[in-house]
Amino acid sequence: MESVQQVSGRAIPFGRKNVDTDVIIPAHWLKTITRDGLGRGAFETIRQDPANLFDSAEFKGSPILIAGDNFGCGSSREHAAWALLDLGITAVIAPSFSDIFSGNAFKNGILTVALPQEAIDRLMEVAQTDPVTIDLDSQTVTTPFQDRFTFEIDAFRKHCLLNGLDEVGLTLARGDQIAQYENKSAGETPWLATGVAA
Amino acid sequence: MAHTLRTLYDKIWDAHVVERRDDGTCLIYIDRHLVHEVTSPQAFESLRAAGRKVRRPDLTLAVPDHNLPTTARRDAAGQRIPIADPESAQQLAALERNAPEFGIRLIGDADAEQGIVHVVGPEQGFSLPGATIVCGDSHTACHGGLGALAFGIGTSEVEHVLATQTLLLKQSKNMEVRVEGELGAGVTAKDVVLHICGVLGASGGTGYVIEYTGSAIRSLSLEGRLTVSNMAIEHGARAGLIAPDDTTFAYLKGRPFAPKGVDWDKAVAWWRSLATDAGAKFDKVVVIDAADIVPSVTWGTSPEDVVPITGVVPAPASFTDPSKQEAAQKSLDYMGLTPGQRMEDVEVQNVFIGSCTNSRIEDIRAAAAVVKGRKKAAGVRWAIVVPGSGLVKRQAEAEGLDRIFIDAGIEWREPGCSACLAMNPDKVPAGERCASTSNRNFVGRQGPGARTHLVSPAMAAAAAVTGKLTDVRKLTSA
Ligand code: SF4
Repeated sequence: MESVQQVSGRAIPFGRKNVDTDVIIPAHWLKTITRDGLGRGAFETIRQDPANLFDSAEFKGSPILIAGDNFGCGSSREHAAWALLDLGITAVIAPSFSDIFSGNAFKNGILTVALPQEAIDRLMEVAQTDPVTIDLDSQTVTTPFQDRFTFEIDAFRKHCLLNGLDEVGLTLARGDQIAQYENKSAGETPWLATGVAA
Repeated sequence: MAHTLRTLYDKIWDAHVVERRDDGTCLIYIDRHLVHEVTSPQAFESLRAAGRKVRRPDLTLAVPDHNLPTTARRDAAGQRIPIADPESAQQLAALERNAPEFGIRLIGDADAEQGIVHVVGPEQGFSLPGATIVCGDSHTACHGGLGALAFGIGTSEVEHVLATQTLLLKQSKNMEVRVEGELGAGVTAKDVVLHICGVLGASGGTGYVIEYTGSAIRSLSLEGRLTVSNMAIEHGARAGLIAPDDTTFAYLKGRPFAPKGVDWDKAVAWWRSLATDAGAKFDKVVVIDAADIVPSVTWGTSPEDVVPITGVVPAPASFTDPSKQEAAQKSLDYMGLTPGQRMEDVEVQNVFIGSCTNSRIEDIRAAAAVVKGRKKAAGVRWAIVVPGSGLVKRQAEAEGLDRIFIDAGIEWREPGCSACLAMNPDKVPAGERCASTSNRNFVGRQGPGARTHLVSPAMAAAAAVTGKLTDVRKLTSA
């Protein structure tokens, strides 16, 4: 995973609430067996409207998306994160995110920044004309107009993002602890420890 | 030192902590991992690229379901009928290649046990109370009906579980949704959970694991509990849980992968000990009176858009939140409905009975009971019943239920996800309406432009024979 320090640039003032992952990437795009090329299907239904923001001269390729409450709800498809990345979006700012989506985003190096609705309203306004900057280290979102909003992020996620760490590799290094747990569980709840043979 | 009182969720969580970090993040052990063809190819690809193995292939079970056509899969000679869509075929082939390569048991399309992962897991006794269960699929919450901590994960997490049999997680908050009282005639588990969706809203459960409690929940069959827990994700919850009890144990006993002999007795004792301690604190409690629940139906494009079948399409202005007003207007435009229109006047052209929400034997029986002695309405172009697994299909056929549907002009299909989502040939045409027993009425979910009304199996069956959304109580009360 590449490290993420800052995401800066134009932000798409999308603003919609309850954007589910079917909207981000419709089901018929899930048939791929690789992670690439999903940008073409990103927000497909919305982009059928020629006047959509995503394909506008102003916002095409913008690295930041601003959305409403409960972004990424619905299906757990990680394709939603891959589709955003392929579209060039590496950060989403919204009042709240679905748990599964923010997990998927994190694992793909996409920042999910949760801010109160007032901050979102202000950023939506700024985004019409000017860029927005998200700085991970200082946990702030700033604008050219002295706006400064701080956001919370899980310390472990921040550490991984800043240093570009691969979570699977980190956990594999805990192999002894996992084996210890398995021994304990085999004694206490043996029926859970024995599974099915191939 | 005072003993801390814990919820069912707390107890399952505590029992699975491999390691706890200072910030509260825990490395959680995963007991059961279900894998299907849609969200796993990229995970296996990454393992292969990094030269990594699956840590516990024996705790992993692979079942194809989303892409499989629900029409015949073998010809008379037992040869596989090629799948028309090359991309579907490619995903299915990837699972058939990856499972043996990584030593994972595969229940394939030719096996009698094949079905929707969330139907197969409980049915095989692979899913067990008190277990942590994951799958690259948001409706994994379904298994919570057994009292398992079950939740959906993304493909990177699938890879993490395959490689390490663990996940790095933070514990969610505890919510209790208590449904107290007796359910009225014609009110099913699906109506209960649709009603809860309406009360909590699509994001009311975000950040929580919900334990469904109360006499109305306890009175549900195990199948009904799976239906309720299945839709926990539709109110944004990470998982749903229902405390395991005698109903649960009776369902599991003798299932192929369920514990046997001494292990069974030990397991039951442990399962009983998991119940939420009296007085344990929930971060949020929502109490619902069972008497308020009637057969329900959705009118919009979010599962929270629920009204009683006796109700009318709401006016966007009736919502206080301005963004909900706007969303409601969009939903109505998409759904082709007008405020004030009676739900019972809405005509449907399609009926889908199936999906991991409602495709178990009890669901098929409920639908058959309504259809029996009736015919599909002329205005219904397409009506299908898709059993959740090959075993459900056999059972239903042994009971003669398939005949009831076929005689009524309703199709009887092979198991799979089918028209729950538009990934296989079963789709609802643009602009047409479908009374569907699935769990999502999102825009385009059943096909581009398709209009979905979520209902119970009995209500879907009622719609199939009347051609309109119908209060099933009118057909069942003699
Ligand atoms: S039946 Fe529908 S909700 Fe259930 S796993 Fe299949 S696609 Fe998902």
